[in-house]
Amino acid sequence: MDQVIDLKTPLTSEDVEPLRAGDRVTISGTIYTARDAAHRRLIDLLDEGKELPFPVEGQVIYYVGPSPARPGRVIGAAGPTTSYRMDPYAPRLIALGLKGMIGKGKRSEEVKDAMVKHRAVYMAAIGGAGALMARAIKSVRILAYEDLGPEALRELEVENLPAIVVNDTAGNDLYFEGREKYQIE
Amino acid sequence: MREISTQIIIDAVKDSATKANFELGDDVVQALKDGIEKEESPVGKDILNQLLENSEIARTERIPMCQDTGLGIIFAEIGQEVSIVGGDFNAALEEGIRQGYEEGFLRKSVCHPFTRKNTGDNTPIIVHLDMVPGDNLKVWVVPKGGGSENMSQLFMLPPAAGWAGVKEKVVETVAQAGPNPCPPTIVGVGIGGNFERSAIMAKKSLLRPLGTPNPDPELGKMEEELLSEINKTGIGPQGLGGRVTSLAVHVQIMPCHIASLPVAINIQCHASRHLEIVF
Repeated sequence: MDQVIDLKTPLTSEDVEPLRAGDRVTISGTIYTARDAAHRRLIDLLDEGKELPFPVEGQVIYYVGPSPARPGRVIGAAGPTTSYRMDPYAPRLIALGLKGMIGKGKRSEEVKDAMVKHRAVYMAAIGGAGALMARAIKSVRILAYEDLGPEALRELEVENLPAIVVNDTAGNDLYFEGREKYQIE
Repeated sequence: MREISTQIIIDAVKDSATKANFELGDDVVQALKDGIEKEESPVGKDILNQLLENSEIARTERIPMCQDTGLGIIFAEIGQEVSIVGGDFNAALEEGIRQGYEEGFLRKSVCHPFTRKNTGDNTPIIVHLDMVPGDNLKVWVVPKGGGSENMSQLFMLPPAAGWAGVKEKVVETVAQAGPNPCPPTIVGVGIGGNFERSAIMAKKSLLRPLGTPNPDPELGKMEEELLSEINKTGIGPQGLGGRVTSLAVHVQIMPCHIASLPVAINIQCHASRHLEIVF
C-alpha cells in the first residue's frame, strides 16, 4: 500500500497542489459538514451579500448527514453522501477559497474545472462505512440551520479521517482512471 | 380466523428496523469476504476489508452501519385467514418504524419534495401488500438508502429489443451509476409485468438472500451473465477501479402486454438491509 499523506486543516494551495488522484490521505483538524439544503442556504447568503456562518477560505467541507448520537457519544454513523447533488453550488465556494471536499461519487465538469482553476481537491471517503468513519470524529457543534435536522451545518473536529484523492489540481480523475485500468472490453 | 394484534406488529417492526440497521446480514458478510478473494485491485481489497470492519463496529456498538438509515419500506404478505385486531394495520407498521427510528437513534430521512422540510419521524412509509392463502402474516422490513435508489432506472423497451436490449440497459445503468450507489452493489432486475410491476419485482428480488440460486434455472443463467458483464466494467469497490462492482444480480420475470417489454433496475448498495418477520 502506498504511503498515507497527513493533511491538517486549514489547507493552502501549497498543501493541495502536490496531491494526486489515487493518493491516500488522512485529514485532521476542523472541517464543516453540509449537504444540498445547507449549500442552497449558503449560496442564498452570498447572493444577498451576507457573511457565511464559517470562513470558507482554506477549509474542507464533508458532505455528510450523520445519524443522531446515542447518549454519551459524539455522533452517530457519519459516512459520505453522494456529491453530485452539491455540484450546482460547489464552484462558487471553490472560487471563494474552499480547498477540499469529502464525499462519494462523480463530480461535474464545472466542479472539476473550478478545482483546477482555484487549486482545490475532491476526496472520497468510503460510502456506507458510517460506523467506521464516526471513529475519526472527536467533537461536533451545530453552527447553523438546526431546523434541517441531519442536514444542519456542523463544525467537526476530526483526527485522521481517511480518504482517497479523486480529483486533483491537475485535472486527474480517479473514477475515470481506476475504471479504465480494470475494464475488460 | 387467526387473530394477530397490532401491538405485536408494532413491536416486531420496531425491533427489525433497528436490528436491520445495526446488523449486516450473514449473506452479505459472506459475499464481501468472497469479494476480497476475487478482487484484484489493492485499493478495492482494502475497501472490502473496511466494509467488513464497519459492519463489525455497527453490530457490536449498536450504531447504524450507514448514516443513511433509509426510507421505511415494507413488503407484507397477509394470509386471507388472518384478522388484524386492535387497530389499523398500516398505522401499526408506520408506528413500528416511527418508534424504531426514534429509539434506535436512526436518521430521519423523509422530507417534502419541494420545501425539503423533514417530517421528523421517518414517516410516511411505503407499503407493498399482497394477500395470500393461509393464516400467516409475513412482513419484510427493508430500510433502503437514497444513494442507490437515485441510480435506479426503468425502461419501457420495444419488444424487439429482447434479451440483448434488456442486458444492455442493465449494464448501462450500472456503468452510468459508477461510484454513486456505493458499489459493490446488488442489482435487482424486474422484467415484464407493466410499468409499476417491473419496479416492484426489481425491489422484491433484492430480498432473496445472496448466494441462494434463483428457483428458475433459466433466470439463474441470466443472472450469471448479467453479473459477469457488470463486473467487466472495471468500476470496482466504491468506483475506484476493480473487479467487484456488484456482488449479485437478482432477476424476476412475468408476462407482459404484447406491445411492451418493461425492465426495471433497482440498485442496492452493499449495506443491504432487510429482515423477514413471520407472525
